[in-house]
Amino acid sequence: MADDGDAKKDEGEKKVVHTYPLCRQSDMPEEMRTEVMELCVTACEKYSSNNESAARMIKEAMDKKYGAPWHTVVGEAFGFEVSHECKHLLYMFFGGNMGICVWKCN
Amino acid sequence: MLKEAAVETQPPPRSTLSSNVNAWSIYDTYQSNFEQQQQEKLQAQGKAHPKPPAPKPVHVSLERKDEQEIIKVSRQSRTVERIVNQNTYDEIAQDFKYYEDASDEFKEKEGTVLPLWRFSFDPVKKLAVTDICWSETYSDLFAATFGSYNFLGQSYGQVCLYSLKNPTYPEYHLSTSSGVMCVDIHQTYPHLVCIGMYNGTVSVLSLQTQGREPVCLSKTVKGRHADSVNKVRWGPDNMDGNHNFYSVSADGRVINWQLVQSELRLTEVTSLGMPEVKNEGPDGTVIPVRGCGSTFAFHRTDPSVFLVGTEEGNVYRCSTTYSSSFLSAFSAHMQSIYSISWNFYHTGIFATCSADWTVKIWQQDVSSPLFVFDLAAPVGDVAWAPYSSTVFAASTIDGRIHIFDLDIDKYRPICCQAVIDMKKTRMTRVSFSLAHPIVLVGDERGNVTSLKLSPNLRKKPKEAKNADAKRLFEIEQEKIEKLLSIVREPAA
Repeated sequence: MADDGDAKKDEGEKKVVHTYPLCRQSDMPEEMRTEVMELCVTACEKYSSNNESAARMIKEAMDKKYGAPWHTVVGEAFGFEVSHECKHLLYMFFGGNMGICVWKCN
Repeated sequence: MLKEAAVETQPPPRSTLSSNVNAWSIYDTYQSNFEQQQQEKLQAQGKAHPKPPAPKPVHVSLERKDEQEIIKVSRQSRTVERIVNQNTYDEIAQDFKYYEDASDEFKEKEGTVLPLWRFSFDPVKKLAVTDICWSETYSDLFAATFGSYNFLGQSYGQVCLYSLKNPTYPEYHLSTSSGVMCVDIHQTYPHLVCIGMYNGTVSVLSLQTQGREPVCLSKTVKGRHADSVNKVRWGPDNMDGNHNFYSVSADGRVINWQLVQSELRLTEVTSLGMPEVKNEGPDGTVIPVRGCGSTFAFHRTDPSVFLVGTEEGNVYRCSTTYSSSFLSAFSAHMQSIYSISWNFYHTGIFATCSADWTVKIWQQDVSSPLFVFDLAAPVGDVAWAPYSSTVFAASTIDGRIHIFDLDIDKYRPICCQAVIDMKKTRMTRVSFSLAHPIVLVGDERGNVTSLKLSPNLRKKPKEAKNADAKRLFEIEQEKIEKLLSIVREPAA
């Protein structure tokens, strides 16, 4: 896990907020996973105010690279239950409060 | 020639994943991941010795952090508690606000009381409610004290402050070594509460302090009460600007206590001597006998005049300025007087209730009572209604509450209702709320029950329909004057 995140310390409370990308669950092969995580980080940083555009960017890039159909959810508070093809799921956190779930399913 | 070729494929294997994404789960995941990384770093650097102690201080600081976190949400959790209570007792809250007994239109001279919340608290289940006092500043806050009237069965005591918004747990509670017999909340400084206890101690509590300790106790003050303190009442700040309160006790003295920088200083106001009772010692010396003060009541407008009731059934009118003699004294009842209450509107009228089964209404300076009501059981408490000059309530030991409206019926109560199960417990105190149409009654099992008064009990005269506060006051005074003129014998 890349530790390129920021740690924010509030005065007097010493609360450390980690923002590095953290993979919560994934069954992708290693290099695929790192690539996809970088892609997600880029998308979220580019469209930090618009979750829809970030998700669109991720999905279109994944479709091009790894074949349709991919599905993406980007958000701060949601619950989900998805069926995915094995070895084609990534569920990660980023930025301290953002959750991203990417999966492939016909 | 045609050839057929067929292939069957299986779909690629699938599995499901379900999860929830929210701010706290993200935070927790990051925290655990971070700790894991730290541990891996320590392992990689090969520091073996700090490892065993390192996890432990981390855990301790986490707990302390949790405590601090919980304290931070105490205000919010209190609001949540109130909301949960409101939801649980939703029907009662609706009744409290909106229910008006429709059958009152058809009953001419009768009213009913509707039981609402019941305030109970586990530690006081075995104690009797000894006094109830409403706060004048916060209309939903009242104090209830718990102790025991049993001479032989004395144990600890409690003071609880309840709010109508939370009937399940008191807002403040304090346990004391001896039964608490009386309480008063200061009229202008609502954080000051004074209590009097069975062992003669008086104490002042401040609700502002975080801790539960009283501000001061009178345990070590010379000249303090020697017997149970039966009633306390805050007086106006004296000339030095110190808060002070009065207490009457069964040792026959009325003492004024001054709160000087968290110390109590006492001044004896008066002593209830009974010169007509001669008590001679074995060698002929006459031992002065003091009456046992059981209750007192301060005049509504003149803060220096007060009435004291004794266990012998006498009422003394005293003044805080003259300590040696009374302004007047008369024998009111056959047995001990449990409570005296001044009328809110006519400042010369007061009611007394006694163990001799009667409630008597008196006028100042008139030695015979204006009204006498026999209630068939020892009367524990009497209280005038703050919204009407002719309504008062009395509670009898057999668990019934009697509400009289002298304007409607001069001889019988307009409401006589059993509110406490007589087989289980007895009723001790009754108190009108100053802002809401409810009455609180206390019983011997530590429960305070609130009752809503039906519209017939709160009847206002027809002229009062659109009157403002001042006019309402005048109307009430006229009402009682009219009543008095009928009852009083014309001066010869």
